[in-house]
Amino acid sequence: MDELLKLLKRNALETPENLARMLDMPVDEVKAKIEHYEQAGIIRGYQAVVNHDQLDLNMVTAVIEVKVTPEREGGFNHIADRISRFEEVQSLYLMSGAFDLLLFVSGRTLKEVAFFVSDKLATIPGVLSTATHFMLKTYKDHGVLMESQDEYERLKVSP
Amino acid sequence: MSDSKSRPERVASHVREMPPSGIRDFFDIVSSMKDVISLGIGEPDFTTPWHIREHAIFSLERGITSYTSNLGLLSLREALADYVARVFHVEYDPKREILITVGVSEALDIAMRAILEPGDEVIYHEPCYVSYKPVIKLAYGVPVAIESSAENNFAITAEEVAAKITPRTRALVLNYPNNPTGAALPLENLKAICALAVEHDLIVLADDIYAELTYDGVHTSAASLPGMRERTIFLHGFSKSWAMTGFRLGYACGPADLVGAMMKIHQYTMLCAPTLSQMAAVEALKQPEADILEMKAEYQRRRNFVHASFTELGIPCPRPAGAFYAFPFVGDCGLSSRDFAYKLLEEEKVAAVPGTAFGSCGEGYVRCSYATSMDDLKEAMTRIARFVGRHRAS
Repeated sequence: MDELLKLLKRNALETPENLARMLDMPVDEVKAKIEHYEQAGIIRGYQAVVNHDQLDLNMVTAVIEVKVTPEREGGFNHIADRISRFEEVQSLYLMSGAFDLLLFVSGRTLKEVAFFVSDKLATIPGVLSTATHFMLKTYKDHGVLMESQDEYERLKVSP
Repeated sequence: MSDSKSRPERVASHVREMPPSGIRDFFDIVSSMKDVISLGIGEPDFTTPWHIREHAIFSLERGITSYTSNLGLLSLREALADYVARVFHVEYDPKREILITVGVSEALDIAMRAILEPGDEVIYHEPCYVSYKPVIKLAYGVPVAIESSAENNFAITAEEVAAKITPRTRALVLNYPNNPTGAALPLENLKAICALAVEHDLIVLADDIYAELTYDGVHTSAASLPGMRERTIFLHGFSKSWAMTGFRLGYACGPADLVGAMMKIHQYTMLCAPTLSQMAAVEALKQPEADILEMKAEYQRRRNFVHASFTELGIPCPRPAGAFYAFPFVGDCGLSSRDFAYKLLEEEKVAAVPGTAFGSCGEGYVRCSYATSMDDLKEAMTRIARFVGRHRAS
């Protein structure tokens, strides 16, 4: 992957000036590249990595394995597209293995998520079965540890 | 009991006369302060890659806690022979020509003790790592410094070496990429210097500890040049490339007579390097490139950032070619290196080591290590800009 994208994936708030310094590139080139990535849809958005466990939110997240019947011509895409339109669905992946689609779904309560599964998801034509797992705690998200570890006391000056 | 009285005569004179490390008092002050951003750190800020730590844990679980052979685990020496041949293009016999040591520090010490007669001269280049001079002296040698200069990007030349050679010259220490300057030695300089070593039958101690962290061009070890393998003690270790400083693991490769002599000292003083660390090193060598490349890419981005930041501030800073140090010239602020470092610490809480800690020719410079997070580097550069603006104006 392009170095610029790697740095932005790590910290999207990095200024173009600092990115230019790190990459040994002119600032204008950095700005142009970012704009290109945005326009080409390679960069789809910028979000904060939030530790939800630290907030007293009424929110539950479930990971749902879904088996579906692929359609002639559309394959999995048509049904995946349909499922991804529900705003409860945060992420959706096509998987190899024992099931086909993997969904990350969030809602305010367990009941709300359960309702989504039984009422909306399971009733979509082509959905054969679902298995729902509720998430209990997040340790790491998008490469970021959710709990700060005690810093080992490194020598402040060493030869 | 009246045993608290200092009796200096009890300490051997050559130790008594040895000054403590130039960074010692600075270290004490920095340690007593809070919220300091330290650019004074001579070790990676990365933690040892997890698979290496995990293997060390596994070796403890298996109960591998006894001594190894004096030379070190044969499996480690064999893996090193492969690694050194592949990366540095020099072949060593793992059974007789590779010695595992407690860091490069020990290797350096026993190498000096193995080769020096009292009064033998050793040429080295300053500014340099703080240990060379004392280690030569502890082996009753005479340190002879070449002062490398910013005009030559801190690379020494064959002419400078030739000027220091006397009938008593026994050895030459080369440390590139260099701590504290980040300089590399151009291949033509290295070739000419090695030709001198051959001509005068000198032993070369090639401290190549930062070799993998070379950003521009390719590092060539003195050991790999024609006629050099037989006279070079190649010193390397796991501290920098694999972020394993605390494991204290280095190694020396060289012709069997020299390594054998070093081994004699090693077996009586150290017996063997820590077994746990050797086990970790075996794992490190299983997929060396993956670990090193990732860290190197990060250092290189920081190198670019720090170099660009100093340049934008109008502070002359040779572009570091390797290691993780920048060595900017701060003499324009009207402060000595020491005053600059102490005032910077006091006023802006940024620690950078005075260049004079690495030899008197480091006057005017400070060593800024970029083995620290990008966030800290950004903040440190902002503070340095403020500091320099204030002091340059006044």
